Order: sequence, then C-alpha cells, then structure tokens
Amino acid sequence: MLENVGQPGDGHSLIDIKKVSKLFGTFHALKDVSLEVGWGERVVICGPSGSGKSTLIRCINQLEKHQSGSITVGGIVLDDSKASVNAIRANVGMVFQQFNLFPHLTVLENLTLGPTRARNLTKTQARDHAMPFLERVKIPEQADKYPRQLSGGQQQRVAIARSLCMEPRIMLFDEPTSALDPEMINEVLDVMTELAASGMTMICVTHEMGFARRVADKMVFMDHGEVVEEAKPDDFFKAPKSARCREFLEKILQH
Amino acid sequence: MNNKYLFIGIALLLSGCSAQWGWYVVDPSLPAGRSNLQFLLNGFYDTIQLSVSAILISIVIGLLIALPGLSHNRGTRSINRVYVEIVRAVPILVLILWVYYGLPQMANISISVFWAGVIALALSDSAFEAEIFRAGIQSIDRGQYEAAQSISLSYSDTMRFVILPQAIRRILPALGNQLVYMLKMSSLVSVIGMQELTRRANELVVTEYRPLEVYTILVLEYLVLILIVSAGVRWLERKMQTDERH
Ligand SMILES: Nc1ncnc2c1ncn2[C@@H]1O[C@H](COP(=O)(O)OP(=O)(O)OP(=O)(O)O)[C@@H](O)[C@H]1O
Ligand SMILES: [Mg+2]
Repeated sequence: MLENVGQPGDGHSLIDIKKVSKLFGTFHALKDVSLEVGWGERVVICGPSGSGKSTLIRCINQLEKHQSGSITVGGIVLDDSKASVNAIRANVGMVFQQFNLFPHLTVLENLTLGPTRARNLTKTQARDHAMPFLERVKIPEQADKYPRQLSGGQQQRVAIARSLCMEPRIMLFDEPTSALDPEMINEVLDVMTELAASGMTMICVTHEMGFARRVADKMVFMDHGEVVEEAKPDDFFKAPKSARCREFLEKILQH
Repeated sequence: MNNKYLFIGIALLLSGCSAQWGWYVVDPSLPAGRSNLQFLLNGFYDTIQLSVSAILISIVIGLLIALPGLSHNRGTRSINRVYVEIVRAVPILVLILWVYYGLPQMANISISVFWAGVIALALSDSAFEAEIFRAGIQSIDRGQYEAAQSISLSYSDTMRFVILPQAIRRILPALGNQLVYMLKMSSLVSVIGMQELTRRANELVVTEYRPLEVYTILVLEYLVLILIVSAGVRWLERKMQTDERH
C-alpha cells in the first residue's frame, strides 16, 4: 500500500492540489484552489469562517467530492474510482473539530476498530498495536473508559490516537481545538507539536497562531474559497502581502 | 399505571363472585375446567412462536428496506418509498387472508397456517420497522460516518460496527412497541385457523357457551404477555444504558 504513495525526495510533492473547484449547489466553496505539500511539510491554513478551509482539506480524503481540478496524493490521482479513494484514505488520517469518537465503544475499541476491520489484525494484535499510540497521546490509563467519561482535551487526544493507529502518512486537522475549553487547548497542541517533530506531514486548519509559529513550514490564508496568500511563517506574520490577510491577522492576534 | 391494573383486577374478581359468572368452565379444581384452562393456556406457545418469528423476519426485511431509503440516489430511495407505501396501505387481516388463500394459488405452492401467519405479520410489520430503522439511522451524526471513512472502514463495517449499534439503542423503545403491537395483531391469524390464544378461546366459547369467562381469560392472557414483554424491553433499555456508562 505504502509503496504506491511515492517516496520522500523523489522530486514530487506528497500532495498536489491543482485548480480544484467545489460547488455546493450554486455556491462556490472552492474556486480554482491550488496547493502543494511536500513530504514532512507542516502547513497551517487559516482564514475567516466560511472561507472554504474545511472543504479544502475534506476534498483531500474525499469526504467532499470536488467538481473540477485534480488532487494527487503520493502519486495516486484521485478519480471517481473507489480504489483511488480507498488508497488515499489508507494514507491520510483526519482529526475533526467535534472529535467524532464512537460513543458506544471504549477508548481502546475506538482505536482497534480500524486495525481489526481494515487491516485484519486479531483483537490481541490490535490491542498491542494500539497501546503505544495511547501512550503517545499520554492517556494509556483511560483505555477502558468510554469517550463521554473523558474531558474534551482527552477525547481529542483519543481521536488523534485513533487516526495514528492506522499509520497514515499525512494527518489532516480541522480546527482540532476549537471545541475545547481554553485550559485544554495546550494538551492537544502539545501532542500535535510532538507529532510534527516526529516528521509527520500535516495540514492543520487552526487559528492557534502560537502553534502555527512553532511548527508551520508554510502558512496559507484562505478567503472566499480562494488561497489568497501562501508564505513562510516569518514573512506571513511580519509582512502579509494582501490587505485581507493583514486585516484577518490583526483581528485574531488581538486575543 | 400499576394501580389502574390493580383496580381493574379487583373489580373483575369482585364481579366474578356474582351470580352472572360461571367460572366453573375454567375452574382448575374441576377436571373439565382444568382441561379447558390447559387448552386455553397452550395457546401461549403458538402466539409467542408466531409473534417472535414474525418480528425477527420483519426486522431483517425492515433493515433491508431501510438501507435503500438512506441513499442519495432518488431511484434507489424510491424502492424504499414504494415498498413502505404499498405494504402500509394493506390491512393486516386482508394480508393474512391474501397470503393464506391467494398466494398458494398464485405461486402454486402450499403453505401452512403458521407460515402464512408469520409471512403476513412479518410483511405488514416490515414497513413500520423500515421506517423506524431509517429514522434511527438518520439520527446518527454525519461525523460518525466521516470518522469511520477516515479510518478506512468499508460501508458494511461502518454500518455494522458504528452506525447500527448506536441506532439500535435509540430505536429500542420503538422496536418494543412494535413487538407489543405484533403480539396483539397475531390474534388476527385466528381467522385462518391458527390455534393461538384467540382461536382457542373462540373454539371453547362455541362448545361451552361461556363467552364472558373465556374472553375474560383471553384478555388476562394478553395482558400478562404484554406486561412481561414491556418489562423486558425496559430492562434491556436500562442495561444498554448502563453498559455505556459503567
Ligand atoms: N454540505 C454543505 N452544503 C452546502 N454548503 C456548504 C456545505 N459545507 C460547506 N458549505 C458552505 O461552504 C462554505 C465553506 O465552508 P467551509 O466549512 O469549508 O468553511 P470554513 O472555512 O471551514 O469555515 P469555518 O471556519 O466556519 O469552519 C461555507 O459558506 C459553507 O456554508
Ligand atoms: Mg471549518
């Protein structure tokens, strides 16, 4: 499976989005968006509400279908075939704003469901496989609890572990801390920072600019379904080129 | 609720002492009464077997009919609509008669009263089950599907391990209602000669000519059956909730 994904340093981007457009009915959520993400690169996307950030990253693992343009992940071109969607999903993990844990399963079962069903591991194999990931997000002692018994921050860390359990090459984060109480934001960002340090390729939609400064290799600003600005964090924060981006940054950096 | 039953029970017992009643037909201390009572009570077995077989089959059909109802494709969805609308429009009694007398002639097969009853009840109930399942499945948040897709679960695994277990917890009360409804509707199968509770009561009334006592017993039989089922469903609901909470 992973052989098909291309290799680091083979001259190609890991993710190559070219002129992607997405319509909801007649509403243009993405307008000819292009974005390249290299192996091991960390991209942070920000922008006002409704600008198409979620839609863009959801197109990568085809939770949303784009109407035109092309998306290539590790050499696999997304077409209408189930095979291409499956191959890409096998290599792309996703963390949602609302965690989306399975409430009827324990923390451990949340983690092992994917490996047992999609990878055919036995229950014991899957458990042995999953525990290190729970340790990585620092909650191995919660393995047998149900999601609702955990705090929001713990739930989001479980969700991250659940994704990592499928050993993805790329992690997509869609505002992973927006639904959290302020005192829990850092525990999730810490886990994400460690993940970044381990070399994971990441695309994060977030307004946590401290985190962005720490880990981002590239900042992307979106507005009205378009990528308005794309820059290295230093340039992005010091000298945003477009007026829209400058306004946006002023607004959110006030807090 | 319970007080009401108690009140009705006491009222019945008291009036049973008056001269109009002839409890001897089902008096267990008399040989004839004992055999009559035995005859009536044996109907439990048939009523339960009939209802449980029918509900199990109707759940399977209901689920199979509910799934196309969830499709984004209008054509696929219409399979669900057409089935539900047609089946819901036919009275259960009419369906029972049609399956028992009509179907064998049309399909050139022979069919026992039991299976005719099971098929008719199951078909009729499946339309309601389909609607219950569809509503239950649709009540599950879209994020659950997306999370399942993002960890590479297939559609059938997503349904089996993520969506249905949650949906079933939510629709359990509605499924319990259907089981109660089915137990009551099974009395209609008496018209084609199935010897369940109602048929037995009818037969005994014809020979003994004591309709008041025999039908009172019949009422109590259904009452007991349904109170037990309701209690069972409530127990299951509580158990599933505590399973989730610990
Ligand atoms: N399923 C949908 N049907 C119709 N319109 C949609 C749908 N999903 C998103 N949209 C619209 O597309 C636009 C972009 O939405 P998107 O969720 O990508 O924005 P966003 O940048 O993630 O915003 P937020 O910061 O609020 O999450 C919005 O105007 C939204 O209303
Ligand atoms: Mg969003």
